[in-house]
Amino acid sequence: MPHNVNTLNDAELSVAVLVSVGRHPLTGRARRADHDARAVEMALSLGDASVQLMHAGDGGEACGDAMRGYLGMGISRVKRINQDPDADVVPALANILRFAAPQLVLTGTRAETGEGSGLVPYLLAETLGWTVVSGLAEIESIEQGVATVLQALPRGKRRRLKVRLPAIATVDSSAPAARQSAFGPARRGELADCACASVTDELQTQWRVQPARKRPKRLKIVKSASARDRFKAAAAKADSGGGQLLNDVTPEQGAEAIFTLLKEEGVLR
Amino acid sequence: MLNTILPILIFTALALAVIGALRRIRLWRQGRPAPVNLFKGLAALPRRYLVDLHHVVARDKMISNTHVATAGGFVAAAVLMILVHGLGIASPLLGGLLLLASASMFVGSLFVARRRINPPARLSKGPWMRLPKSLMAFSVSVFLITLPTVGLLPEGLLEGSTSWFLVVVLVGLVAWGLGEMFFGMTWGGPMKHAFAGALHLAFHRRPERFSTKKGGGGRSTGLKALNLEDETAPLGVEKPADFTWNQLLGFDACVQCGRCEAACPALAAGQPLNPKKLIQDMVVGMAGGSDANYAGTPYPGKPVGEHHGTPHGPIVAPAALPEGASLVDAETLWSCTTCRACVEECPMMIEHVDAIVDMRRHLTLERGKTPNKGAEVLDNLIATDNLGGFDPGSRLNWAADLNLPRMADLQQVDVLLWLGDGSFDMRNQRTLRALVKVLRAAEVDFAVLGDEERDSGDVARRLGDEATFQSLAKRNIATLSKYRFQQIVTCDPHSFHVLGNEYGELGGVYEVRHHSTFIAELYDAGRLTFSPWKGGSVTYHDPCYLGRYNGEFEAPRNVLKALGIELKEMERSGSRSRCCGGGGGAPITDIPGKQRIPDMRMNDVKESGAELVAVGCPQCTAMLEGVVDTSAEVRDIAELVADALVERPAGEASGASRQPAATPTAEEVIV
Repeated sequence: MPHNVNTLNDAELSVAVLVSVGRHPLTGRARRADHDARAVEMALSLGDASVQLMHAGDGGEACGDAMRGYLGMGISRVKRINQDPDADVVPALANILRFAAPQLVLTGTRAETGEGSGLVPYLLAETLGWTVVSGLAEIESIEQGVATVLQALPRGKRRRLKVRLPAIATVDSSAPAARQSAFGPARRGELADCACASVTDELQTQWRVQPARKRPKRLKIVKSASARDRFKAAAAKADSGGGQLLNDVTPEQGAEAIFTLLKEEGVLR
Repeated sequence: MLNTILPILIFTALALAVIGALRRIRLWRQGRPAPVNLFKGLAALPRRYLVDLHHVVARDKMISNTHVATAGGFVAAAVLMILVHGLGIASPLLGGLLLLASASMFVGSLFVARRRINPPARLSKGPWMRLPKSLMAFSVSVFLITLPTVGLLPEGLLEGSTSWFLVVVLVGLVAWGLGEMFFGMTWGGPMKHAFAGALHLAFHRRPERFSTKKGGGGRSTGLKALNLEDETAPLGVEKPADFTWNQLLGFDACVQCGRCEAACPALAAGQPLNPKKLIQDMVVGMAGGSDANYAGTPYPGKPVGEHHGTPHGPIVAPAALPEGASLVDAETLWSCTTCRACVEECPMMIEHVDAIVDMRRHLTLERGKTPNKGAEVLDNLIATDNLGGFDPGSRLNWAADLNLPRMADLQQVDVLLWLGDGSFDMRNQRTLRALVKVLRAAEVDFAVLGDEERDSGDVARRLGDEATFQSLAKRNIATLSKYRFQQIVTCDPHSFHVLGNEYGELGGVYEVRHHSTFIAELYDAGRLTFSPWKGGSVTYHDPCYLGRYNGEFEAPRNVLKALGIELKEMERSGSRSRCCGGGGGAPITDIPGKQRIPDMRMNDVKESGAELVAVGCPQCTAMLEGVVDTSAEVRDIAELVADALVERPAGEASGASRQPAATPTAEEVIV
């Protein structure tokens, strides 16, 4: 579905998509990461924007397989920044982005392999001093350095935002699904390797990594007696009745509120 | 006067025919090269025509007799005419033979004409309607001009000054006849089928289909592998010129009899596919132009005249162009269930399914445009080796209580039981459990691959994803090469076909049996005893991949007979069985039509009056059981057999033959 995105800029819109190595949840096989692939899809749907894919990582065999997955979407090349396995990719990505100077950077909300903290876009935005937007559902238009985007909120809600470029935006599963990856373009596509000094992630070297356990789910307590109430309870998403909307508060007040909530929930003791 | 005009006419027509033939050959040579032994093919041509092609035509006795009289008469008349009237060898013997030949042709053309009075819908109209008249013009005129040669007509009759009118009429008739029969044969008239058809038979891409003097005439149904190593070779067919030259030649051979469309389940269901039109579209693409001149049944819902193509233009419009801007719409290609009914019916032995899969390969491998659930299913196959995206470690969960012997433990058995992807489907699990019960009752030395098994790649290949197919196939072949077994038995005809007919090209040669064949053998060997059948009337649905693809029509019927069942055959059964709609990834691509193919098939069952339909394929079971409001129950043959099993006397059982070599290992594991 080609979007009608008006690009009134004199220069062609340039979009960089940061892609990572995905991992199938059942078999653990390397693949294109779902959220990153959606980011590529969103970039490709921007009409005549020039799209550049970048990946920073150790360039192993799994990396090759995963990158072919992105190339198969009709991408001619992926720029692969080779890093040591224990490197922190943020400095390398920041360097390359500063040099390439795209107007918009798209990426998945979090990686499927490695740390998977979802912090890379924030750290990059901090380093580069760019705006960061999370959970993009659609890019409506990009005009004169300002992008109008729809941000996905829980329960299918959307919020229209105007973002001054350059910006970094993350994409999650509320964005349109990625197109099929085809064998021919995947085989022809180029993996352009380039070297960049690795900065070892000192913190991570001290961590112990173990497979994640399934998080316990909060039980829904349905007190109602009537079928209608039970149906409503079943259809409703588990939502927090006692939420609190904080507007125009200082960062300290906000942090205090979050801290209190975490204590209440038993996350912090 | 005639003696001067006739040679001129004949040799002009022949010269024009030669020019037309060269032009036509140039059209075919736009295709890619194909390894064909030209000389051997030409040498085999007479037999292929007179025996193999005639066998197919002779399924309709009236037409085969008509064709023998007309075509035989024409070939003889044409040769003799060149000798007698062209070269002027006016011997009475040749003249007499020529009279006979043209008379035979005339009789034949009368029957051709009769068939055209109220032609069935499957026949193309247009230029084909004038063919009987042209045949008559040729035969009558040749007969008349030959009469003086044998002295049956006074020589003077055509010489006198008063007879100029007669001469003009005769010359006109001769010219018409020659125009259709010689000139039209190579310039694209209805008679093109004779010229292209003969060469198509000689240079057929599946020479194994034809019989030889030593017998044979086997089935050749496995798809041909793409060479993925060669990065310059096109991945499938994008434009008409991407077909091999003998495929293009094959399309040109079509005689538009419409037997394919009468058999096509997709057309009957109102999906936008008609095999005959598809072949004609390929001819249009090869020559360049629009389909406006097509005079047969269109694709349902797609008016004729809106599509056009060129030899080097895309067959399916790329995303940038609107649908209909090209030769064929993608949904036409995705409607096919690859049931091969069209190929089975085609008297010209055209390979429709090969062409469709070739074009699908381009759509999937190059464009990434597998419709509907196609992309998801292919992703599942790549990531989990099964269609549904299930955990590959759960492949044997259904048999947790069965203690199935594993190949990994035994290393060597008689029978490797191939479970297929149906092991994730709750309905098919019942069939598998029944089959295991039967194998145990017959004390067969068998084992399963368990979690080492992967999808056979059938669906991936038919959805055009040759890369995933070859990846699955190569890994399956590597797994199978670790173990020793005499044969593979499976209850899935699709796995059966792929393992037996398509793995060979990739280096895996196995003896594969469908469970019905194997059960029939066990019964014949006295290893199974059945209680008499007490149920109601039963009919049997032939799975395409068992019947038409592999020629196994008898074994399932023999098993049912052994169970004491007297079959009520459906009108369309055996090699003409109607597809259940489940093949070729059709349920995945799910192109809408006016009705569903399985509904039509269950209607066939209903018309047969049977209360139960026996099947031998997990796809057929799923498709037919998915039909609502039916009077008939759907059971797999294995289930019927398992229900009828009778314990044999104890003494006999202990004496049954078990492979001594494998027994100790087997017990170690089972205990």
